[in-house]
This record gives sequence, structure tokens and C-alpha cells, in this order.
Amino acid sequence: MDSILSCFKDKVGEVVLPGDVFSLDLSDVENNTVKSEKIICGPGLRRNGDEILVSKSGILRHRSPNLYWIDSQQKRYVPAKGESVIGVVTAKSGDSFKVDVGGSELASLSYLAFEGATKRNRPNVQVGDLVYSQFAIANKDMEPELVCIDSCGRANGMGVFGADGLLFKVSLGLVRRLLSPQSEIIKDLEKLFPFEMVVGLNGRVWVKANGIQKTLIVANLLESCENMTPQQRQALFKRVAEGSL
Amino acid sequence: MRETPLSNCERLFLLKAIESKKRLDGRQTYDYRSIKISFGTDYGCCSVNLGKTRVLAQVSCELVPPKDSRPTEGIIFLNLELSPMASPAFQTNRQSELLVTLNRQLERCLRNSRCIDTESLCVVSGEKVWQIRVDVHVLNHDGNLMDAASIAAISALCHFKRPDVAIQGRDVTVFGPAERDPVPLSIYHMPVCVSFAFFQQGTYLLVDPCEKEELIMDGLLVMAMNKHREICSIQSSGGIMLLKEQVLLLSVSGTIWILRKEGGKFGFVESMPKERITALKREESLVEMTDVQETADQIISKAAAGHEVVPSPVIVATGTGQVGEGLQNTWGLDEEDEEEESGTKVEKRGTGSKSEYACLPVSVFLH
Repeated sequence: MDSILSCFKDKVGEVVLPGDVFSLDLSDVENNTVKSEKIICGPGLRRNGDEILVSKSGILRHRSPNLYWIDSQQKRYVPAKGESVIGVVTAKSGDSFKVDVGGSELASLSYLAFEGATKRNRPNVQVGDLVYSQFAIANKDMEPELVCIDSCGRANGMGVFGADGLLFKVSLGLVRRLLSPQSEIIKDLEKLFPFEMVVGLNGRVWVKANGIQKTLIVANLLESCENMTPQQRQALFKRVAEGSL
Repeated sequence: MRETPLSNCERLFLLKAIESKKRLDGRQTYDYRSIKISFGTDYGCCSVNLGKTRVLAQVSCELVPPKDSRPTEGIIFLNLELSPMASPAFQTNRQSELLVTLNRQLERCLRNSRCIDTESLCVVSGEKVWQIRVDVHVLNHDGNLMDAASIAAISALCHFKRPDVAIQGRDVTVFGPAERDPVPLSIYHMPVCVSFAFFQQGTYLLVDPCEKEELIMDGLLVMAMNKHREICSIQSSGGIMLLKEQVLLLSVSGTIWILRKEGGKFGFVESMPKERITALKREESLVEMTDVQETADQIISKAAAGHEVVPSPVIVATGTGQVGEGLQNTWGLDEEDEEEESGTKVEKRGTGSKSEYACLPVSVFLH
């Protein structure tokens, strides 16, 4: 496995394309010249027998001790269990709402999946509202299901939101960067002016600032800093700060 | 793929922003997005980028029998298609209302305005005429398809060149591009559509709506105009009641926009020399100049000899002078009246010289 590890280590931080193969030399293992290690394959990597195949184009990343994944850029969202997304309620049907999350199918959100909701006490949700919720079931064979409560039954920030404010769409890569613990983009944006923001992993972002002009500024800044290096971004933010103050 | 529905919060936010005169991408109320027009290698291929909206137009021609009701006119066939790659709302083989509206408006803009000279497309009257076919494909939908489609269609028509034909009695020879240069279409004027979107029952107005603005608008007014300040067609949809003054005001702002667009368009056309994309251009026609000189001499000799012309002023008798051409009048008056007449002649310049003009018709020919 050391051979694979060394191949991987060489390629960390480099662009890999679908079809690249990392193969293991079995003879080395049998001779006990190398130690066998466990490697965890993250998104974009797939194990095929004794080989590891790359299925998405992007940059190979690594986190110690043994996690590898591909950082790829895409805009089309595929529902995955446990992810928190922003959805738009499109219809009320029976005992559940139909919510559009940007995937191939509409997800269903039950009336009872809200905090403090009972059969008598219906939640106050209208068609066209925004909801922040988590996927309880999301696989490619079934219709995805959303819930607005966590396993303890608390809302934890989820539910209907956004009376004011602007919703817009960005790529999934930017969303992950915004949600990472020490996001530099957020830190830079905070210095400009105060604003509220809800980020859904399906690429949808909702922002609200003090006034329409500032909300538009924040939205346009976020959309444009997708392909910028940190220096360009900081220069842009500085220009905006001087311009608006 | 499914189309994302517009949420309530987006709708409210956009309406509030429009009320405070702000648009999503920072434009002003009367601002258009940047237009980029590019031509392909084939004659008649034009692609227009209006912000993120992309439209492609292609013109082709074919010899066909004419319609029975119009045996001496060519045929113009317009076809607009919404490709599914333009928007998740467009699906193949589905005749949507938007498609019908766009097609109809494009036809009205180009065909009813008579911007193309269809008589010049006739080859053999009653038997063969050119059928010009314009296919417009929408590649990306970010609002305001009508404007982009009309710009693409008229630019492609101006760019297009049809094969040259020679008619010998009843025989028609169509020359290929290698044998004779293709001939451009004769276009009188260039109508372009301008779209105005209305919000809050006509209180607020935006020019060139983007896709989100189109989703929340109450009504749409499309005006087709050309740079001679003529309105070619108006279409209002959405049931918005507009006052007469509002429509006139809009037509004025539309004119300003068209004039600006016309100026801008020439700058973008790198592949075509400027003098080609203009209105009707007539070929230089040969003038018979061979026997002009003989004709002139004949006419001069046949005409009566002109009167003596002396430099003015002339003193005819004491107390009377004469200024101007002509010494004697030809009106055949008596001798006694002549002296009175000559007195009045001083005020009138050039009297009695009618005969001089009669013998100089040659000047008209030598142009």
C-alpha cells in the first residue's frame, strides 16, 4: 500500500481527471516489504478491486491521517443524507409539503417534522416560503425526505425563514468554502457591514442586510468572489468598503 | 431538469428594490445590458449576446414557386425555436405560449414592416422566386428574448448574401459563389424590438428585464422601431392599462435607445466593411453618352438665334436704363409701349429673356 500512498502523496494538490487510476502492486504486499494501511476514500474516489479510480475532475486533497478526496466544482446538486439545504415550498399535498431543493425530484416535508407540531397544531407554512431543513432520507432510488427538527426534536435553527432578504444561487464549491470553520470569505465580509446569511448545501444562499442597497452589494460580492484569489477578493472588498462608506 | 419556482421572499425583495429604483445587477431603470453581436464565417450567421441571453440566427435561401396571390414577390419565412438548453422551462416538442408569442412578434416586426424588398427577390414572375428562411435559436434564456431575437434576425439578414442569377428569356442560371460574387439582400430599414416591463399595475417600468424580473412583471410592452423614428409594431401583453402619454414617452426613449444601438452596432462588426450594411444600395447604371454632342448641336442650331446680350446696365434712352439680360423683349408689344415697358424693366430682373432658357435644354443631359 505504500506505493499507493506515495502515489497519492505526490498527487495531493494536483489536478486529477476521471479515469486516472492508482493501482496497488500486489507482489510487494506478499513479500511483506510494505505495511498495509487503511485509506478512506472521500467524494470523487472509488475503489475498484485493487485499484482506486478517480470519478470526478478536480484537485486531490488530503487530511491526516488517511482521508483523501477530490475537490471538484459543480453547480448541480445531488441530495445526500444529513445535508442542510434551503428549499422552496411548491405545493401542499395531503400531510406533507412538496419542496424544491434543486435536485432532480421534489422532496417531501411532513407537517409533523417541525418543532412543536401536532396533528392539531399545524405549522404556518405557505406555498413559496423558504425552509431550512435537513435530509432524513436521500438516495437515488427514493423520493428524498426533509425534516426541520433534529434527532432530539429541537428545531436548532431550522424551519421557515426569510421574510425579507434575497435568495441567489452559487456553485457548490463556494458554498462549502463558506461553510468551512475558518472561512476567510466570511471574515472579510464581516468587516464590511453587518448582515444575516443562511447557506444551504444545495448552492442556495440567502442574505439580508440593512437596506436594499447593502443586500444587493453582499449578494453581488458573493457571486463574484467565486473564482477570485484571496488577494483579488480582498482588493475588491476594500474598494467596496471605500465606495459605500 | 425542473425549473426552480420563485419564492415569496424573492418576489417581495425584487418588488421593493424596483420601487426604490434598484435592479439586481446594478443597472438603472433605462439601462440595457451590454450587447455583443458577432458574425460567423457563413453569410447570414449571426450570434447575439444580451447580457447572459444568447441567441443565434441563420439565414438561408432557396428557389421556389411563389404564392398564387403574389406572383412577383419573394417569400420570407421566419422560425424561432426555444432550445431546451436555454432554460429548464423549455422542453422539446411542446408548443408553449411563449414560443407562439415570440414567433408572432418576430413576424410582425420583420414581415409587416416591409423592411426587406420582396419584389427584388423575384426571378421569374409566377414561376421562381427566392424564399429567404431565417432560423433563430435561443441558446440561453436570461430574459428579454424578443429584443435579442430581433437584433439577431435583422443582423443576419443584413449579413446574408444570396447567389447571383442570370435570366435569359425563360432560362435561369444560378451562379455559385466561385463563379460570381453573391448579392446582398435589399433592406430598406432595420427594425429592432425594445421591451418594457411593467410592475405594480403600470407604476414602475423597466427596460430590458432579466429572467427574474420577467417572472414578477405585470405586463410587457414590445415596440419595434427603426432609426428613422418609425414605429414598426407595438405589442402589449399582460393586460396593463397604459395612458396614451405613457406610450408616446416610451416611444421617444425607445428611439434614443435605437439610435444608440445603431451607432454601437457598427463598432462591433469587425468582419464586414461598414458600407455594406446599409439601406438600399443601387448599382451604378450606365448612361448613354455616345451621341450627346450631336444631339446638343442639332438642338442649338434649330433653335432661334438668341438676342444680343450686352453687359448691363444699358441706357436705352435718356431717363431709362435697363439692367439684366435681354435687350429686346419678345412679347410683341408696340413701339410706344416699349418705352414704358423698359421703365418697368429696371425693377424686374431677367424679364424678356425667356427665349434664352428655351435653347439650353442640353444642360439636363450632361449630368
